[in-house]
Amino acid sequence: MKLTDLPDSRGHFGPYGGIFVAETLMAALEELRVEYDRARNDPAFIAEFEYELKHYVGRPSPVYHAKRLSEQYGGAQIYLKREDLNHTGAHKINNTIGQALLARRMGKKRVIAETGAGQHGVASATVAARYGMECVVYMGAEDVIRQAPNVFRMKLLGATVVPVSSGSRTLKDALNEAMRDWVTNVESTFYILGTAAGPHPYPMLVRDFQCVIGRECLTQMPELTGRQPDAVIACVGGGSNAIGIFHPYIPHETVRLIGVEAGGSGIASGKHAAPLSAGTPGVLHGFRSYLMQDENGQIIETHSVSAGLDYPGVGPEHSYLKDAGRAEYVAINDDEAMAAFHDLCRFEGIIPALESSHAVAQAKKLAPTMKTDQIILVNLSGRGDKDIDTVAKLSGIAL
Amino acid sequence: MSRIGQTFTALKAHNKKALIPFITAGDPGKGLTVPLMHVLVEAGADIIELGVPFSDPMADGPVIQRASERALANKVGLKDVLAMTAEFRKTNTTTPVVLMGYANPVEHMGYETFALAAKAAGVDGVLTVDIPPEESAGMSDVFKAHGLDPIFLLSPTTPESRVEQVAAVAGGFIYYVSLKGVTGSANLDMDEVAQKLAMIRKHCDLPVGVGFGIRDATTAEAVARIADAVVVGSRIVSEIETAPEGECVNRVKQLVAELRRGVDAASK
Repeated sequence: MKLTDLPDSRGHFGPYGGIFVAETLMAALEELRVEYDRARNDPAFIAEFEYELKHYVGRPSPVYHAKRLSEQYGGAQIYLKREDLNHTGAHKINNTIGQALLARRMGKKRVIAETGAGQHGVASATVAARYGMECVVYMGAEDVIRQAPNVFRMKLLGATVVPVSSGSRTLKDALNEAMRDWVTNVESTFYILGTAAGPHPYPMLVRDFQCVIGRECLTQMPELTGRQPDAVIACVGGGSNAIGIFHPYIPHETVRLIGVEAGGSGIASGKHAAPLSAGTPGVLHGFRSYLMQDENGQIIETHSVSAGLDYPGVGPEHSYLKDAGRAEYVAINDDEAMAAFHDLCRFEGIIPALESSHAVAQAKKLAPTMKTDQIILVNLSGRGDKDIDTVAKLSGIAL
Repeated sequence: MSRIGQTFTALKAHNKKALIPFITAGDPGKGLTVPLMHVLVEAGADIIELGVPFSDPMADGPVIQRASERALANKVGLKDVLAMTAEFRKTNTTTPVVLMGYANPVEHMGYETFALAAKAAGVDGVLTVDIPPEESAGMSDVFKAHGLDPIFLLSPTTPESRVEQVAAVAGGFIYYVSLKGVTGSANLDMDEVAQKLAMIRKHCDLPVGVGFGIRDATTAEAVARIADAVVVGSRIVSEIETAPEGECVNRVKQLVAELRRGVDAASK
C-alpha cells in the first residue's frame, strides 16, 4: 500500500488511528463517514469549498522568500507559506469551512468545538456566524486566561465559550468536554474537531481539507524557484497544518518533511509536549498514536509556551509517517521558539504565532547546514497577534 | 461457565434480577475500596463493577470524573486495582468482579500481561468503554482465552444491524446504556428502554444489564422489571463524595440496600 492511500476503510494508518470511542458515538461517526464520502465525490461540494477558500479566506495564500532572515541564518534560502494571512489569521479556517459545509449538508444547526490557543475556536465561531449556526466552544480554564483576546473574539462572533476546569485545564480537557457534549447532543450537533486527530474519519477529513496548503505549494514553489524545496518544515501539536503541507509532498521523495514538536523546557526536563520525540503508542481521544503517558498508562501533563502545541497526543498519520521514516520529527524548546519569534519580527516584519515560531526555529538550525542554493519551505501556520501578551510577560513587560 | 454466567443462572432460578453497583477503585481512599466491596455484597450486590481510574475519562460525567481524579491523587493505577481485587478474593470467592475503565491503561500493560494478572487476581469481566467491537479483535480473544468475559456496551443510538456484531464478541452480559450522554445523566424513558431491550434480545442470548439514570428504589424497580440486571454508578459515587468523613461505608451500605429492595420488588 502506498503512503498516500491511507487510512484504510476503518481509519487505520498502519497500527495507528482507528475508532476508540464509547458505543453512543459509533452511529454518529458512521453517519459522518458516509456523508463525507458522498461530499468528497460531489463536484458541487468541492466547488463550494473552493469558492469559500478563495473569496472568504483569501486563498491561495502566498509563498514568500524571507531573504533577510535567510541571510541572517546563513545557508539555505527560507520560504514561508503564509497561512498567517488567511482570514482569522491561521490555517484553522480551511478545516472549519469544510466541516461547517458538511454540518450544513447533514442538517445540523448546532456546532461545537474544542480549542487550545483559541485559533480553532475563533475559526469555528467564524464559520458558525457565516453559515448561521449556534456555536459552543470548549476551552481549558488555563487557556481562557492565557488567550483572553481570542476568547473575546469568539464572543464577538456570537459563540458561547465554556471554560473547562477538569484535569489539567488545557486542550486535552477541552477535547474531553467537547466529546461529552457530543455524546449528549449527538442528534442535533456537529462536532468541528480542530486537528487531524480524534476517531476516524476526523484525521482523514481534516487532512483532506488542510491539504490545500501543500497543493498550492506544489504549484507555487516551481513558479518562484523553478523547483520543489529540499525540506518542508511545520510545527506539530495535533498536526493539522503539518499534515496539510506534508501530505501532497509525500510522493516527492527527495523533499525532506520535518515536523517540529514543542520541546517546552527541554525533552530531558520532562516538561514538554513532544509525544513523537519522547512518547510511546497508546489510545486517547478516540485514536491510537504516540502519547505522553506515565508507567500506568495515565496521560501526563504537557508544557509549552504555545497553547496550540500543548497537547499530549498527535494525529495518527504523523505516528505512521514517523515509523515509516517518511517524515522526521524534532523538538524545539520554548527559548528557541521565542528567539525565532523575535527574528521574524525584526528581519521580516512578520509577527508569527508562537506555534509557527517552533517551525522557524528549526529552519534556523537546519539552514546553516545547507548550501545557499538549497531551499527550505516553512509553513507559517498563523500570525502572532494573539501571543503578544504572553511574549510581553516572558520579556518582563506589562502592557 | 464463568462466575458471571453462574451468577445470572442462579438468579434466574430464583426469579431474581441482578444488582450491579459501581465504585471507582481508590475513591475516597486507597484503603477503603476492599471494605466498600464487601459492604456492597452485604447490602445485596450480585456483581461488583470496579472502576479503573483514568486521567481522561471521556465518557463519564462530572461525578465519576471527580472520583477518578480523587483516585489518581491517591496514586491508584491498574496494578493497584488488581491488588485490591486479589485482596477482596481472599474472603469472597463467589461475587463476580468486573473492571470498568478505558483502553490506555490496559493497552499500556499489554493485553496478555493484563489478562494473566487479572485472572490471577480473581477478575471475571472487563469493560473498556472506548474499545468498540470493531477495534476489539486482539483484546476479546486474549480475554476469552484467559477466561475473562469481555463486556460491551449497547446504546440508544446502536442500530439493529450492529447488535449482532456486538453480541458475537461479547461475553458475560451486555451493558445497555439507557441514555444518550455521559454517566450521571437524568431522565429515563422506560417504554423506550423496553423496546430497545426487546430488539437486543432478538439478536443476543446474553443477559442484559441497564445502566445510566438509576438513582433510587423506584427507578431500580422499574428497570428490574424489564432488564436482567440493574447497574448503578454515579448515584453511589455521589454518596461516597458527599458522605462525612468516616460515614462513607455506612452510607453506601444503606443506599445499596435500598436499591436491592427496589430490584427485589420487581420480582414480587
